[in-house]
Amino acid sequence: MDAIIENLPRFVDAFLMTLRLLVVSGIGALMIGTLVAAMRISPVPAFRGFATVYTEIIRNTPLTLVLFFCAFVLPQLGVRFDYAIAATIGLTVYTSPFVAEAVRSGVNGVSVGQAEAARAIGLGFGQTLTMVILPQAIRMVIPPLINVLIALTKNTSVAAGFAVLELVAVSRQVIQFNGNATVTILVAVAVFYLVITVPLGQAANLLERRVMVQR
Amino acid sequence: MSVLYDVPGPRARRLSLIFSIVGGLLIAAGLIAIFVFLSQPRINAGGVAQPGVFDGSRWDLLGDRALYRAVWRGLSATLLMAGVAAVFAITFGILLSMARTATTAAIRIPAIVLIEFLRGMPVLLMMLFILLVFSTGQFWAGVGALAVYNGAVIGEALRAGIASLPRGQRESGLAVGLTPLQTRFSIEYPQAFRQMLPIIIAQLVVLLKDTSLAYILGYQELLNVVLKQGPTTFGPTYLFTLFFVVWAVYLAVNMALSWIARFVARRTAAGRGGGKSRRTEKIIAQLGGAGMAGASDPLSVPGARSDHDTGYQP
Repeated sequence: MDAIIENLPRFVDAFLMTLRLLVVSGIGALMIGTLVAAMRISPVPAFRGFATVYTEIIRNTPLTLVLFFCAFVLPQLGVRFDYAIAATIGLTVYTSPFVAEAVRSGVNGVSVGQAEAARAIGLGFGQTLTMVILPQAIRMVIPPLINVLIALTKNTSVAAGFAVLELVAVSRQVIQFNGNATVTILVAVAVFYLVITVPLGQAANLLERRVMVQR
Repeated sequence: MSVLYDVPGPRARRLSLIFSIVGGLLIAAGLIAIFVFLSQPRINAGGVAQPGVFDGSRWDLLGDRALYRAVWRGLSATLLMAGVAAVFAITFGILLSMARTATTAAIRIPAIVLIEFLRGMPVLLMMLFILLVFSTGQFWAGVGALAVYNGAVIGEALRAGIASLPRGQRESGLAVGLTPLQTRFSIEYPQAFRQMLPIIIAQLVVLLKDTSLAYILGYQELLNVVLKQGPTTFGPTYLFTLFFVVWAVYLAVNMALSWIARFVARRTAAGRGGGKSRRTEKIIAQLGGAGMAGASDPLSVPGARSDHDTGYQP
């Protein structure tokens, strides 16, 4: 316990770094992901093709490789930034196709009759989407999106391998000088993660139940 | 064709064509800009000029057999870890799903807590925990964490598979005099497995991708051998080339697995036919996430709701 109390400021800093990675890359991934999802369902073949290829390629690439690219390969190509920013960019890019798929499956989840009815009363593609499909889809999309954010929270730990001082990296440093408290330190870090993921998970459950009642 | 828009008339077709061309040009322009940027020679931190990324001197490495030996060494270590972890993960998943569906609350509730806890932990943290607390060495730390994490996910998927079976399956098994355990193993699991096979394979893709986390522990897998040590062996100018090689290998292996998952999903869908195919369709729809894109048009699959957690997670 002493090891944690002595190093509490470092853990708090690390926790804030984890939160920063989560919030910034979460917002970025939501924006890019929604854009990709929109491209994926659009009537324009060029956009659809691009979105499909983008999704497939990024989703089949390990996050470690993406972060390696941002942290070590990009600087060699002359693009240099702080490691924390590199990790944020990597996490954003890696998470965006998962957001896109969650959004797309939400749109898919709206029953066909809704779209058919909208089409039948003469709404166009844009009107169908913005007035009928999206208002329903957004509600359905929120629980899976929260699941993506939970996964992102866990994924921020990978940045520890790329010179970002977040929770896992700091715990490794602290353990080096407090070998006898290894278990306590790692459990404390686990608790820090649970502080983020448990409320998110409960929000997802709650929202899911709400949506279910309304259907 | 999607229900979202009509079969286009002449004006819509023209508009779509214009959009398509403009959009295509924009995408092409972006790609060309990246290409030009990459192919420019650059000055490195030491002030030495280096050739552009597409310069031949960066790619002659592809003719070097030492590279392929390194790739093979790394890939076999990656596949070994993934294979061993997959076996343990599936075994652990079956055990967890049994505990999770037990009728005794004293078994079920701890299982629920355990599954939720394991699914909520970063895999890297678990690897570190096993490595430091049990001093197992990097290989078993990686295998242990991957098995435990993916086992929890697979266990949850199997439970969902069992829950989605018609109740009559279990009831008739019990009615003909099988014990609950026999019913589970000879009636429920075979069906649940078949139904959840695409999801399990999708999870194995996740497992394979996550073996790269063992690089952070220092395990000698693909990323470590080729990308981390490669620049020292072959020369730092080859970093981009090596990155490209590793990327291509990961994409090839993962896409092959995804392809198998899609194939299996289609086969099981064809094999059952009739009244039940809708359920399989629903599973495939959830797997829209799992590299199974194109299995369904937008809006054509009913009710791909809920059960998100059994799908493909980042």
